Amino acid sequence: MLKTADDVNARIERLEIPFNRHGYDPYGISKKDISRFFTLLSIAYKRYFTVETFGASHVPPRGRAMLIGNHSGGVALDAAMVVGSMFLELDPPRLAQGMAEKFLSIIPFASQWLARCGQFSGLPEHAIRLLEDERLLMVFPEGARGTAKLYPERHSLVDFGTGFMRLALQTKSPIIPFAFLGGGDAIPTIMNAYALGKLFGVPYFPITPYLLPIPRPAKLAIHYGEPMVFEGTGAEDDETIASYVEKVKSRIAELIEIGSQRRGERVRTLTAGGSSR
Amino acid sequence: MKVLIPGIAGQLGRLVAERVLAAGHRVIGIDRRPWVGAPDGVSLHEVDIRKRAAEDVFRREKPDAVVHMATVTHLRDKSDDRYRINLGGTRAVFDHCHKYGVKHVIFVGRHTYYGAAPDSPLYHTEDEPPMAATQFPELADLVAADLYAGSALWRFPKLTTTVLRFCYTLGPSRHGTLASYLRGPRVPGVLGFDPLFQFMHENDVARAISLTLEKRIRGVFNVAGPPPLPLSVIIRETGRTAVPLPEFVFRLALGRFGFPPLPEGAIAHIKYPIVIDGRRFVEATSFAPLFSEDETMAAYLKSAPLPAK
Repeated sequence: MLKTADDVNARIERLEIPFNRHGYDPYGISKKDISRFFTLLSIAYKRYFTVETFGASHVPPRGRAMLIGNHSGGVALDAAMVVGSMFLELDPPRLAQGMAEKFLSIIPFASQWLARCGQFSGLPEHAIRLLEDERLLMVFPEGARGTAKLYPERHSLVDFGTGFMRLALQTKSPIIPFAFLGGGDAIPTIMNAYALGKLFGVPYFPITPYLLPIPRPAKLAIHYGEPMVFEGTGAEDDETIASYVEKVKSRIAELIEIGSQRRGERVRTLTAGGSSR
Repeated sequence: MKVLIPGIAGQLGRLVAERVLAAGHRVIGIDRRPWVGAPDGVSLHEVDIRKRAAEDVFRREKPDAVVHMATVTHLRDKSDDRYRINLGGTRAVFDHCHKYGVKHVIFVGRHTYYGAAPDSPLYHTEDEPPMAATQFPELADLVAADLYAGSALWRFPKLTTTVLRFCYTLGPSRHGTLASYLRGPRVPGVLGFDPLFQFMHENDVARAISLTLEKRIRGVFNVAGPPPLPLSVIIRETGRTAVPLPEFVFRLALGRFGFPPLPEGAIAHIKYPIVIDGRRFVEATSFAPLFSEDETMAAYLKSAPLPAK
């Protein structure tokens, strides 16, 4: 079995998750499983990809909040790195809980492992419950359409679902917008094989120039913005909700813009100075 | 208070009867099965709840409250008889309660009402519809009985109706779905799935029912015990060995090699969790389980030790 890193275990002890004597929280999150997960993830985060996180201090240190951002990269690499940044960059660390694709819940091992790591299937009931329990929720409102973005579309945003906004209003949760950059470089999708995906019971299968969607060690960046608070009940008409969603979407687009400029500069510094960071 | 308990001779019925008796109430029981060694003060009527003689008990005794536990919940009996007992019996109980001026009736139901499915949320609330019936036809009669009992809330407004949906029961009597599943030394599971299971000590179940009688609450309530645990942990803590099998092997192995026999629909219950939110009941009654999950599992292990190897 994988040996878990001591610094990871020390951080897990400082999470707000109420683990019982057996190492499970009331949702079945397992201390042992997240320890293994974060041990692997911190290697990927620090060594393989070198993720840079900006503005993590905008995330409230405790209490309910929703991380809302763009999808970048053909598989859940972005989600994993956001979870990683919340665990490794915040002090005390927080466990970001995503809303997983529903098809995953019928797959043996995958469903179990995701649930043990706090990533439950994307049901509004789960979102409301976790927020009311003062957890940190991570939502990609682009959904599966967002992960299906091809390489040339990597900085674009597809249509946002509006469900997250109603949940935020209903539970009075602040929204922390974030931009994820570099996922398209890590997994440069040239096409999505929908028929092949169907064969495996997934929505699609991303095809890269080297066929398999194995992420390359690209530089990734996450930019968190200031919390956005909207007043309401969640029962507003669709137009009102859509206008709020548009505000979040344009804020994320700005963060992507800021991020890509910085990356542009960084690439130049790299060539000029030869320093890796 | 005079309390009538149809289904008194079941393991849980006996515990409830003893507790209600100890609280100073009169207990009358109806059951087809005998209860040898019933405590003094319990007047037993060995009749079928659906028969005229049972109605006669209502007529003569005029109970103040009824705890309806005369449902067949185990899955061994697949006959039409079971369907008739669960639905016909429930109908008879409510009709008699209405007719003979009973003030409070409690239907003792189960959390399996909500069903186990990959898309069902953790922590079901009482307003959720039953999703069990389609995937698990063996549960359809219990789901229907639960809904039928709930309909008394508007059909008989003068009768205070409580529908309780309990999570799994575990304890020294070794009765109940989960206890039967854990009976053998090796407990099968479906490889790659390890759902959360929610269970409470049988004494806490009896306490919750007796508390419902005292508080005379109206409506539908989930009754949950301590926080849930993964099935694998329950198997380990009760001294059993988990045997995770690929799903197709699991299906073949059921009922063979000392593994428990289960109907097709039950497989979802071994793969996906049914976890209920019991806050509404706690708010209405201030109920808190006396037995923790660890004490409950220890009590089960103590009463059901494994044969020495």
